[in-house]
Amino acid sequence: MNRGLLSVSHLQALPLSLTLLMFLVFPIAVIIIVSFWDYDSYQLIPGFILDNYQYLLTSSVTWQAYLNTFKYAISTWLITLVLGFSIAYYLAFHIRTTRMQTLLFMLCTIPFFTSNIIRMISWIPLLGRNGMVNSFLLSTGLIEQPLEFLLYSDFSIILAYVHLYTLFMVTPIFNTMMRIDRRLIEAARDAGAAPWQILLMVIVPLCKSGILIGSIFVLTMVMGDFVTVSIMGGGLHASVGLIIKNEISLLQYPAAAASAVVLLITVLIMLMVMFRLVDIRKEL
Amino acid sequence: MTQQYDEATTPAAASAEADTSNSSLISRRSLIKGAGALSAVAVGSGAITGFPMIWAQNIKNVTLRQFGTGVSNLNDIAKKAKEDLGINLELTALDSDAVAQRAVTQPNSYDIADIEYWICKKVFPAGVMQPMNVERMKNFSKISPLFINGKLTPDSKIAQGTAPHTVGFVESADSKTFAKEPTQWMTLIPTIYNADTLGIRPDLVGRDITTWADIMDPAFKGKASILNIPAIGIMDAAMIAEAMGKVSYGDKGNMTKEEIDKTIGLLMEAKKASQFRAFWKSFDESVNLMASGEVVIQSMWSPAVAAVRSRGIACKYQPLKEGYRAWGGGLGLAKHLTGLELDAAYEYIDWYLSGWVGAYLNRQGYYSAAPETAKNFMSADEWGYWMEGKAAAGDILSPEGKVMEKAGAVRDGGSYAERMGHVACWNSVMDENKYMVRKWNEFIVS
Repeated sequence: MNRGLLSVSHLQALPLSLTLLMFLVFPIAVIIIVSFWDYDSYQLIPGFILDNYQYLLTSSVTWQAYLNTFKYAISTWLITLVLGFSIAYYLAFHIRTTRMQTLLFMLCTIPFFTSNIIRMISWIPLLGRNGMVNSFLLSTGLIEQPLEFLLYSDFSIILAYVHLYTLFMVTPIFNTMMRIDRRLIEAARDAGAAPWQILLMVIVPLCKSGILIGSIFVLTMVMGDFVTVSIMGGGLHASVGLIIKNEISLLQYPAAAASAVVLLITVLIMLMVMFRLVDIRKEL
Repeated sequence: MTQQYDEATTPAAASAEADTSNSSLISRRSLIKGAGALSAVAVGSGAITGFPMIWAQNIKNVTLRQFGTGVSNLNDIAKKAKEDLGINLELTALDSDAVAQRAVTQPNSYDIADIEYWICKKVFPAGVMQPMNVERMKNFSKISPLFINGKLTPDSKIAQGTAPHTVGFVESADSKTFAKEPTQWMTLIPTIYNADTLGIRPDLVGRDITTWADIMDPAFKGKASILNIPAIGIMDAAMIAEAMGKVSYGDKGNMTKEEIDKTIGLLMEAKKASQFRAFWKSFDESVNLMASGEVVIQSMWSPAVAAVRSRGIACKYQPLKEGYRAWGGGLGLAKHLTGLELDAAYEYIDWYLSGWVGAYLNRQGYYSAAPETAKNFMSADEWGYWMEGKAAAGDILSPEGKVMEKAGAVRDGGSYAERMGHVACWNSVMDENKYMVRKWNEFIVS
């Protein structure tokens, strides 16, 4: 076969390459270029200045926002992981019929039939000072004062994340669990493994790729989010995404671009570490 | 007053209400020549029909593109303009930052800019707009003196910040520098303005609220809120800091770096002490915070107060002893307008001042720039309630016909003179704006 510049396989890869070039590489390149530009209230001033990065990396605002964002990301990741694994485990190993499995899995997806903004906002009347939770606790006499930390707090932000993203953990883990050869479990049991040993030494290792994929979903979504933080945090809390959003609304595009580049690098480093831990291609 | 307040979700579109005192004297008969040299004459006798004027005929079907912050970008106004003048208005609503940017960077994308005065301060010197010849406006003399010399009455004190009259005139037809005194060339023809203050839940605060400093009262710990739009939030913060006696300002509308640091420092301290329940950014957020009782005292815009009240929940737009934070907007012409389109724009802006729109805005709780013309289009009871601070004799209806206030209600803050006469500061843009925004972000993240 012709191994020249335009071999058949090159041609076959062309559409995808072009698409990626136009919709991935080009926009990121533009963001990187703009992040070095200057700006005033009304316009972008092409140039090459490092001020945007200098302010970004030395400002306490950035550090605090990253600290917050990591806090949200890691808490959410831990909770969704435990929840997601448990739900997937139940579906995969305790539900016997495929029909029932499908049905219950569909049940998990029902909340996703509405927009995630609606799902988030629905928490507000529930958690507010005069909301259902507080009213209930007050009426049963369990508390004397309404619990203020329920809404516009780190608690409500993480709660919303968990609600929004657990399914993204359930799905890939469930998927890998379904592909585990059941004879392996029988073999383990025959070899005298206790149930917790089967879980930790057989099932978890075989689910690694599912856990990794779910973790990538959850971590990247939380790292880049701004809507949840702004709605559930009542504007009192900030994440990196929210800061970028603020800069955009104040027309400080170069500053926003610089923040975006730093965020992108941070997330890429996180992903690299994760891929080091699990060789996803081998596992799949 | 639940009406189209979604518009107010745009930042810096603040709020409003109003009443005039210097009423009367309105001649029911107005003579008009068509715009400029062109045609049209008419006598509107008997303004009873609401059409005191016949407008120029040759501008029919001219299309004008107007863009602005949305407070006054109302479809009803476009419809009425079509009816009265025959012109087509294409309205675009953006938030105030986007408006400012587009006004400067895409001057050919609009014919008429509906902008606030503090935006005008930055936009007009860029040379993208043309001043208006006041001699071509029949209704120029009806404009409130607030926009001419800054004084509502001859002995009023001029407020701090970007007071409209300071950026209201330029020296000549092609000048870009603002004139110190009124001239024949106006940058914006004022259309809408209001005085903003704190909103409270009178049933939940449990005491009289008299000063901006009350928002920092430890009694309201976790029950206060301010708006998170830096340009406006910083002004509210300054009113609070000054009232508390913690910071004294040379000009609240143009702070020094040191004043900004002190003001933000005070806010951060309060935030650490959990004084604030939340910060709001959009109109609906402020309504929900108040209506749900999460917050009992907060910065608020007047239509938001009305929206809370329309749900049957007590809410008051509390006048405070330090005075109001005011804002105002107007219509300006793009530089590229010439010929028939320019005539149509003049005609439209003159029509804007002729009363119908003014009455419409007054009924929403804003103020019309030419109060006396608006009076012709309002009932005596409406005028008494909105402008004179009198108790309503009958139900007060919104422009859409919904009941806003029951008979007997009195407007918070009282009459037009009472409210606009006590403006402490106008919305403004500072020289240290970039620094201020950064500090504001630090406060939000802290």
